[in-house]
Amino acid sequence: MPDKSPQAAELISIPALLARNARKYGAQPAYREKEFGIWQCWTWIEAAEEIRALALGFLALGVEKGDYVAVIGRNRPALYWSMVAAQKVGAIPVPLYQDASAEEMAYVLEHCGARFAVCGDQEQVDKVIEVQETVHGIEHLLYLDPRGLRKYDHSRLHAMREVMTEGRAAQGRLEGELKAREAALGYDDTCVMLYTSGTTGKPKGVVLSNRNIIETSKASSEFDRLRAGDEVLAYLPMAWVGDFIFSIGQAYWNGFCVNCPESPETMYENLHEIAPTYFFAPPRYFEERLTILMIRMEDASRFKRWLFHTCLNFAKRVGPKILDGEPVSAWDRVRYRIGDILVYGPVRSRIGMSRVRVGYTAGEAIGPEIFEFYRALGVNLKQLYGQTEASVFITQQPDNEVRADTVGVPSPGVELRIAESGEVFYRSPGVFVEYYKNPDSTASTKDPDGWVATGDAGFIEESSGHLRIIDRAKDVGKMADGSLFAPKYVENKLKFYPNILEAVVFGSGRDKCCAFINIDLTAVGNWAERNNIAYGSYQELAQHPQVYAMVQEHVEEVNAGIAEDEMLSGCQIHRFLILHKELDADDGELTRTRKVRRGLIAEKYDDLVTALYDGSGEIYTETEVTYEDGRKGKIRATLEIRDVAVVGADEPKMAAE
Amino acid sequence: MLDGGESFTTPDGRTIGGVLMEMKHITLRFGGVTAISDISFDIREGEIRAIIGPNGAGKSSMLNVISGFYKPQEGEVFFRGEKRGPVKPYQVAREGIARTFQNIALFEGMTVLDNVMTGRITHMRTGLWRQALWWGPAQAEEVENRAQVERIIDFLEIQAIRKTPVGRLPYGLKKRVELARALAAEPKLLLLDEPMAGMNVEEKEDMSRFILDVNDEFGTTIALIEHDMGVVMDLSDRVVVMDYGKKIGDGTPDEVRANQDVIDAYLGVAHD
Repeated sequence: MPDKSPQAAELISIPALLARNARKYGAQPAYREKEFGIWQCWTWIEAAEEIRALALGFLALGVEKGDYVAVIGRNRPALYWSMVAAQKVGAIPVPLYQDASAEEMAYVLEHCGARFAVCGDQEQVDKVIEVQETVHGIEHLLYLDPRGLRKYDHSRLHAMREVMTEGRAAQGRLEGELKAREAALGYDDTCVMLYTSGTTGKPKGVVLSNRNIIETSKASSEFDRLRAGDEVLAYLPMAWVGDFIFSIGQAYWNGFCVNCPESPETMYENLHEIAPTYFFAPPRYFEERLTILMIRMEDASRFKRWLFHTCLNFAKRVGPKILDGEPVSAWDRVRYRIGDILVYGPVRSRIGMSRVRVGYTAGEAIGPEIFEFYRALGVNLKQLYGQTEASVFITQQPDNEVRADTVGVPSPGVELRIAESGEVFYRSPGVFVEYYKNPDSTASTKDPDGWVATGDAGFIEESSGHLRIIDRAKDVGKMADGSLFAPKYVENKLKFYPNILEAVVFGSGRDKCCAFINIDLTAVGNWAERNNIAYGSYQELAQHPQVYAMVQEHVEEVNAGIAEDEMLSGCQIHRFLILHKELDADDGELTRTRKVRRGLIAEKYDDLVTALYDGSGEIYTETEVTYEDGRKGKIRATLEIRDVAVVGADEPKMAAE
Repeated sequence: MLDGGESFTTPDGRTIGGVLMEMKHITLRFGGVTAISDISFDIREGEIRAIIGPNGAGKSSMLNVISGFYKPQEGEVFFRGEKRGPVKPYQVAREGIARTFQNIALFEGMTVLDNVMTGRITHMRTGLWRQALWWGPAQAEEVENRAQVERIIDFLEIQAIRKTPVGRLPYGLKKRVELARALAAEPKLLLLDEPMAGMNVEEKEDMSRFILDVNDEFGTTIALIEHDMGVVMDLSDRVVVMDYGKKIGDGTPDEVRANQDVIDAYLGVAHD
């Protein structure tokens, strides 16, 4: 075996960590899942036993070393076990996005050549069966929830429970083989393969080794002092690298407990019941939670509203300081303590954050107001910046240096470099091995010295040493007059308004910027209700003149903000329209992780983009939409286009000429 | 192939058993109005049996005869081979027949969980006082009943609204809760009165899925009334068609679809 890290001579694979946890934390909870209304619990010893049975079952089914095992479903302990069981027999788990369509799934299954697939329920089994018409690699299918599957042909379809039973029955025969396979796992063997959603092109299979995962988990756990006894809620897609690091890497390294919700719809309730100590959510989640809270507060009695807002305003001033350990007067501390009893404590408990020691958000920029709100309540919310290719962590914010506009300092073991072009490069023990079967992409992303291009443009702030991300490097362009164009920067500013769900800004190579806006149905719908505005559909609400007026106000405010930044003042929005449908991953407009696919949108709504720039006041359009079951339909609409006031528009242009 | 008394297997692999319920020459009158006249048909164990017909055809009356709520003036009802005498609704429930209603009949102020628990009433053996004091066997019994109810809640995917008062739920979900309550009784025969009325396409598809799954998973015999022809034809093994209180067709969906009387009743005939 190649070199081992000295601190952890034995701990060079996830199964090895599992064995250690079963020895060291045996009777402590390893997994919980709410089922039939009760939290079911498995200790580390029990989990290890289930995983062993499943691994033996895999051997009985004929899983070979180096096979790929696809895992598809919502977060459930048994699916996590199937990933570790696959590793135990020397196979490589490939978690897939459960909401992927059959076509998307077909590509991935064919690309990795999976021989086995583990599915959560009938829906996923159906998709894999459909895929098999074109992809013939799958030999055996396992499923967890038997509902609706009774009548299916079971010659190659197996209930996971039965596979485990067979594994236990064959223990005598297969035990030796299992031990040998497990002992052969090396530090540089593949731990997991994760497909990146990719804003462009086909998904790529990112190969991460045991070294990548374990070194990263170790370093990041030390950074945030994670420990056995911590609790996480596993609710983000299993195919996403973050979930793998949090729910397997860090969970196994530290021996903490992974809790799985009863169903996706009960997530809020389950979060409240578990009250995790370590929590991750995308900015969108925090926004949603805040929107719901504010809407509920509107319905509260006048006194409660007054109390809530008074306490909150005070907390915004004092809360973050207390969190960061800055000096705060004794009187303020007392007042904060009272507020904590009356308001902050109950609110934290309601949103399931009463015990959060470490909370992270990443993936997109988060609105400063939202960020401040949670910190004011005493939630230690921080930002991190990461990628699948880095095993998540590139930079993260230390406990006492948290700010809304930076993404933190390099994580332990990570080196950063900013290229001439402004693109951020990094090198770390977590850097991926390769893109599976794609040496060209590997070479263009990772240079021979191990430096990886992030594809993001940013700079390191001199005063604090924190990294600030401006935009996707390839999206940062020049406008016709040569000034800098950073669409994401503007879009994020727009999206900070609760009424705006998504925004797409155009302007590269053109003389001015224009935007598509998606309204947020929850927030705007609530506003409409309060203002007695009747509407029958999303489309109707989106085209309402008062909604337009409101959005116009937001856009103008954003323009004023952008105008203050000299470098980016050219990015002010001159014209906008509100789209007649929500941008949707099913239509390919967003990635599965909800990132805007700019190029595709520009192409698909070519007529609308043209209308934005040719000065017309409205435009009739037809759009094809895909329903959840894959059928297609058309929606028709006439969209209004509005001109927006721009700050100091004329002078700089004149000067440039 | 459907006339024999022995069991057989459907093309999709389900076993349809012998006759579970038989209606012989049923006639039901309300004063001078004849709601049902001389109708005979049977329901077999394990099948999904639909009763369809235009408005006012007598479908709901028929369902009420099956459930024992209406007593027909003429004709006989056999359940599990025995002729049914005059029965009270609770006796019917004990026999293993449960139903849902066309205009949802749930306790609006109670939570979903409590509503579904009421479906377990026929499975409770301890008396009122023991239950009120939650004492002795009542405790174990409640746990057992709750476990069964939780399995149904899981099955129908209504975990997220477990503690929500029914009055706050949208229509489609209320229908599902009603189904849950009927299932909680672990019926042999489940009667569904227009389970899909007033639903949108997506809700209808969900409901169809659940009906098929119930039949498949618990082996429950299902008799349903429905307006939506498309849904019925996809779901059911056999269909009875009624018009103006008379039976005008009976058979598999394909047979019924080809029946001229049925086509006339649904599409209307030219009167000259």
